[in-house]
Formats: sequence, C-alpha cells, structure tokens
Amino acid sequence: MTVLKKEALEADFERKIAEEQKIEPTDWMPDAYRKNLIRQMSQHAHSEVIGMQPEGNWITRAPTLRRKAVLLAKVQDEGGHGLYLYSATETLGITRSEMIEALQTGAAKYASIFNYPTLSWADVGAIGWLVDGAAIVNQISLQRTSYGPYSRAMIRICKEESFHQRQGYEIMYALAKGSPEQKQMAQDAMNRTWWPSLMMFGPHDSDSAHTGKSMQWKIKRQSNDDLRQKFVDQTVPQIEVLGLEMPDPDIKWNEARGHYDFGEINWEEFYQVINGSGPCNHQRIKHHKQAHEEGEWVRQAVRAYRAKQQIKTSNTTLTA
Amino acid sequence: MSQEHLEIYEVFVRSARGLDHKHVGSLHAESPEHALMYARDCYIRRSEGVSIWVVESKNITASQEDDKENFVEPMDDKPYRHATHYVLPDSVNNM
Repeated sequence: MTVLKKEALEADFERKIAEEQKIEPTDWMPDAYRKNLIRQMSQHAHSEVIGMQPEGNWITRAPTLRRKAVLLAKVQDEGGHGLYLYSATETLGITRSEMIEALQTGAAKYASIFNYPTLSWADVGAIGWLVDGAAIVNQISLQRTSYGPYSRAMIRICKEESFHQRQGYEIMYALAKGSPEQKQMAQDAMNRTWWPSLMMFGPHDSDSAHTGKSMQWKIKRQSNDDLRQKFVDQTVPQIEVLGLEMPDPDIKWNEARGHYDFGEINWEEFYQVINGSGPCNHQRIKHHKQAHEEGEWVRQAVRAYRAKQQIKTSNTTLTA
Repeated sequence: MSQEHLEIYEVFVRSARGLDHKHVGSLHAESPEHALMYARDCYIRRSEGVSIWVVESKNITASQEDDKENFVEPMDDKPYRHATHYVLPDSVNNM
C-alpha cells in the first residue's frame, strides 16, 4: 500500500469516528484499532463464559425451585452473551479457537471478579446485584462504542440482562429482611463482593494502559473512574434500602462534588488477581479446559455428521 | 427466459451505518452480482440504505409456523426471564 493511500484511508477512518459513525467489519481500520478491539471484546466474551462458573456452583443447591429456575435462566443468558461477543470478535478476523487458546494459556484476561469463590447462597444475590450491576453500567456506556458489531451485541445484551440485577437484589432483599442469620449472610456477601465489583472498572484513569487510545477511537465512551463513580452513586441508596451496613466506612455523600466519596481500592490485590494469583484463577481455567475437552466428542460428532451429509449430497448429484 | 427459471434472492438493507441489516423483500436474478444491482434499483432508490445483502432464498433455513407448539411455546412459561417479574421496593425500582 502506498503511503498516500494509507493516509487517505486513515483520514477517512478518523472522519467516521469524529462524525460518530460506526465502523463496520468490511471498512478499513488501523491495525492498532483492530488489535485493541480484539483484546477488549475477547476479554469481555471470556468474562461472560467464565462468569458462569461461580454462579453455576449454586444451581443444584438453590433454596427453592423458583430460585433454581431463575439462576439457570441467568447462567444460560451468560453463555449466550459469550456467544454474541465471540461472534462479534470473529468479524475482526480472529478465530474462535485462537481466542479459546488465549484464554486457556492466560494470554487473554477475563474480569477478575470471577476469580473469587461463591461461599454462600447470598453470594448469588450479591453477584446479580453488584457484579451484573457494575457490568450493566459499563455495557450501557459501550452501546455507543464505535465498532458496529460490538455496539449491536451490547444493545442486545443490555436488553436481556435487565432481569439479572433485579433477581440478585430480590435475593438480597429477602435475606436482609429475614432472620438475623440471613441478614448476616447478606451483609457478609455484600462486604466480600463490594471491592472486587469496584475493581471491575479497571485501574484509575491515570494508570490505565489502554484508556487513552480507546477513548480517542471511541471504543470506550467513558473512563474507568467515571463509570466506577456512577456505579457507587447508584448503589449506595440500594444498600440503604436493604438496611445493611456500608461495606466501606469512607462512603459519604459529598455535597460539593454531587457524588458519593469512597475509600481507596486495594490495587495490590487487584494486580495479584489479574495476574493469576486470585483465590480461584487456577480452578476456573482448569474447569474451562476440562469442560472443553469433555465436549470434544460433541464436536467430533458434528464433523462426522457434516462429512456424511456432504457424501450424501455428492452421491445425489452424481446419480441425478 | 421466464422469471421462474431465475433464482430468488432475499434482500437485506442497512438503513444507516451502525444498524442491523433488515429484510426488505425479494427479487429474481441470474447471479448474486445482478441481484445486488436489482436490489439497489428496487429497494434504495430514495437513499433508504447504505449497504445491501442479497442471499439466495434456497440458502435460508426457516422454522415452521405449524411447529410453533414445540419450537416457540416452551419459552412462554418462563416469565422470570423478564425484568418485570421481580417486585422491588419503589425507591429502587428503576434498577
């Protein structure tokens, strides 16, 4: 490609971004834009799929049949959302098996929150309410991302996910208004889930490796810190309605800022978990590999069926 | 040559960048390339779209209306997949 041609393509790309147009798979895009999207979208897809594990842990032990049906429906949704996102990422020219490989070798990340264990039933409530709540704040913002297939996947996912947070809060509400032991379960689950939920928004803007370029290209529409603040502001009144103690003594309304102040995140823990030393990192990937390997016979059967169909079709064509 | 001997193509139009392609209709054509040109002349004469997909109708596998009972209705008894199924206190009901 000549330098002149590349400059014209780049100018056209930048113009589309500036005009709030979406970039579509067949459009020319800078390599770094493509790479950045593959990183973010595949990480998002991996999070949906790995996120099925902590909640899946409670499906067989849900306290009622209704809770079990709801949890099954939610975990099923997460699997579907993983599929939307993997398919959208594939439009950028990476294959599914390359992405799975990157997940299993640790080359690709997923949301660090899923490396924490689900110790009690209340954790299922706390995850739906806080983890899905945080994810929704992020995903609502990403509906306006500049890459068309990602934006459309986000719109579909946000629509389907509206029940996830509500079912979680409903669990928390039932526990918080129940016996003293149940209320304590809810408090404990919220306390443990709170900080990892705040970490979901990623490092401070000043420390974020990808934020600058991502914001410039409108892959991300709001910064990590802005989204985190939005989540805190919407969640504190919800904690008050539950009648639970605040999970952070520094949470306080700041009249001047018009936002809630909150304490500093333990970034050392954040980086430890991201880099593989969280309580469940090993278990999550081990389970993913095991499920993938145990599913190999299904993929074999699919390939065998396709081969047989092809033989049938070619025989029909020959005899016709 | 009668039209009956031509393939039928289904036409999908993206009305603006960033939106999904939507089905708008079908037409006869002798090749995918021609189908694309006919679709342009038929369906976006007034700038209704910025992109067109054409797909041979025979390549579309469709569900059957009369199989609705088995295919679609099992989804009808799962109200818990909807946000409105969950009753929350008024002050947090915008969740």
